[in-house]
Amino acid sequence: MTHKTVRLGGLSRVEGEAALLVRAHDGRITDLQLNIYEPPRFFEALLRGRSYDEPPDITARICGICPVAYQMSACQAIEAACGVDVSGPLRDLRLLLYYGEWIESHTLHVFLLHAPDFLGYDSGMAMAVHHRDHMERALALKKAGNELVATLGGRAIHPVNVRLGGFYRVPRRQELAPLAEQLRRAREHAITTAAWVAGFDFPDVQHDYRFLALRHPDEYAILSGTPTVSEGSTFPVQQWPAHVVEEQVPYSTAVHARLDGAGGYLVGALARYAINFDRLSPLARAVARDAGLEDVCRNPFQSIVVRAVEIVHACDEALRVIDAYTEPDTPAVPVEPVAGTGHGASEAPRGTLYHRYRIDENGLIADADIVPPTAQNQARIEMDLHELIAPRLDLPQAELARLCERAVRNHDPCISCSAHFLDLNIDAR
Amino acid sequence: MSAAEKSRPKLAVWKFASCDGCQLTLLDCEDELLPLASTVEIAYFLEASSAIGPGPYDLSLVEGSITTPQDAERIRHVRRVSRRLVTIGACATAGGIQALRDFADVREFAAVVYARPDYIATLERSKPISAHVPVDFELRGCPIDKRQLLEVITAFLAGRRPVVPGHSVCVECKARGNICVLVAHGTPCLGPVTQAGCGALCPAFNRGCYGCFGPTETPNTRALNAQLRRLGMSDPDLVRVYRTFNATEEPFLQASEEAEGDA
Repeated sequence: MTHKTVRLGGLSRVEGEAALLVRAHDGRITDLQLNIYEPPRFFEALLRGRSYDEPPDITARICGICPVAYQMSACQAIEAACGVDVSGPLRDLRLLLYYGEWIESHTLHVFLLHAPDFLGYDSGMAMAVHHRDHMERALALKKAGNELVATLGGRAIHPVNVRLGGFYRVPRRQELAPLAEQLRRAREHAITTAAWVAGFDFPDVQHDYRFLALRHPDEYAILSGTPTVSEGSTFPVQQWPAHVVEEQVPYSTAVHARLDGAGGYLVGALARYAINFDRLSPLARAVARDAGLEDVCRNPFQSIVVRAVEIVHACDEALRVIDAYTEPDTPAVPVEPVAGTGHGASEAPRGTLYHRYRIDENGLIADADIVPPTAQNQARIEMDLHELIAPRLDLPQAELARLCERAVRNHDPCISCSAHFLDLNIDAR
Repeated sequence: MSAAEKSRPKLAVWKFASCDGCQLTLLDCEDELLPLASTVEIAYFLEASSAIGPGPYDLSLVEGSITTPQDAERIRHVRRVSRRLVTIGACATAGGIQALRDFADVREFAAVVYARPDYIATLERSKPISAHVPVDFELRGCPIDKRQLLEVITAFLAGRRPVVPGHSVCVECKARGNICVLVAHGTPCLGPVTQAGCGALCPAFNRGCYGCFGPTETPNTRALNAQLRRLGMSDPDLVRVYRTFNATEEPFLQASEEAEGDA
């Protein structure tokens, strides 16, 4: 063997458009690129001059799969600039909305995008022919998540009910009762799902990951927390720009996010799980143990199990919030514009999502910075691929290509989110 | 492959510059997805399936706007392999939020976002699909409505026109029994000039409509603008409120230019 090239045209079962190129020569990888050909949409540029209260609605349109994550990071960044802290029942409702998005987004990935890899199908629809029971469970779970988002937010995609300071309208207690009923069934489905996916056949791979996730004193951080690195260091979210730097690397046109000077760190389900295992609900922890997971999981193929555990946690916590819910006195606390800069971060289903806004003296956005999870993971995904296939270059071409595509899918990359922020290679096709 | 399998109509889903939300709407049809998948052959749907069935396709759903030279080529290919082509969502029908570049200098936009803007191949405008190829039907919304999507697919499978009303959100508000937020609360609302389809969601949540389904058939934006000004909106506020997800739709464009002219 001398030359070998793996070229994957449009990666399927990922959100957005990307391609992969691997070149090897004499058993050594000479070139490996995850190429993004998703067209740029220039959000950070078009936000300038918009009113300070518009980013939650505008940035939701970055991603149809995790709009709530964008709304929550945006709200918190702007509220921080304006000196407002949203707490109590309004914060609880935000948590509830976010759990709904986690349930629907994770369910989409686990069943429709990821599981077909393990069972040898091209799609969830094809898988449904022989695994009808699993797919019906998937759709019930997904529906529970979507209905939670729709009840609180008005609709499942690009919810209309989120605003700075809280909501336009808050639900009555009795409106949440049918959701609780549905979530109790969903929680059972999620437990069954974790046991099911734990039985899949996982390639024997371990990566020496450096993880970054938010950590919260009381919660398995989703809505807010302190950025925390797996070796124990933390920094306040206001110092994000000093720690996470996007740099142009000399050997290519690539811009990679570097964390404290080093590239290739990981955000997302594996990172959250490793950093916050002790904050999972007792039930979710027990499900993780039953699924054979340790406190830290370094096999990216097993991220499907971790996501299933996170669905259990989200259902469990959503039920806790509904149970404790008291209707707030007002649907939103007032947020008046204050000139200055605010930072906000939350845990999108795919990992830490950071927003920064500078507001001018007229209450308009002077500049904006958005760092989505997949932009942070791109370098690490390339490292995963490198480590995975370097010892397997003698596999048949088709098998190698399939393995590469699976390795990308492991991290649930959301390319629609990240197009504006990732390496962009226009020659990809 | 059985005979029945062969005779099923082929559905394809294509993506251009967009957020994925409108094609996700198809996967969000939890109760209808499996029956749909047995009625049509989902022959091309990259987000959901690795299987790529050969064209031509009986029905293509197209999400996203055209913003790059490559995509301007690709949409011509999609048109060629599609018997019927339906655009879904504000990006595909109106250029989407990324059409705000149309009011600015796209090179300057690229320089704000990228360290090496010279590597970015992009068009100066974000255009709807219909600006590049003939389109059989446009389904509006940011995002589209699930029930309307199912109606469109059903109609095309049955060979009839989809029943998608062109009247304003106000009609839906009345049907839903919403209290008018504009009249009763003095909340600025684009409902009178915005096409129905969402189910009057925002007013149902005590919020003014923000126009994500684009202009209705015969919008009177001049009258609405006068009312919005009385409610305290400034001209720059009016410009912004029309320039969101359907900014280049003619009635919204005119309304924003009218406000801009007065500013």
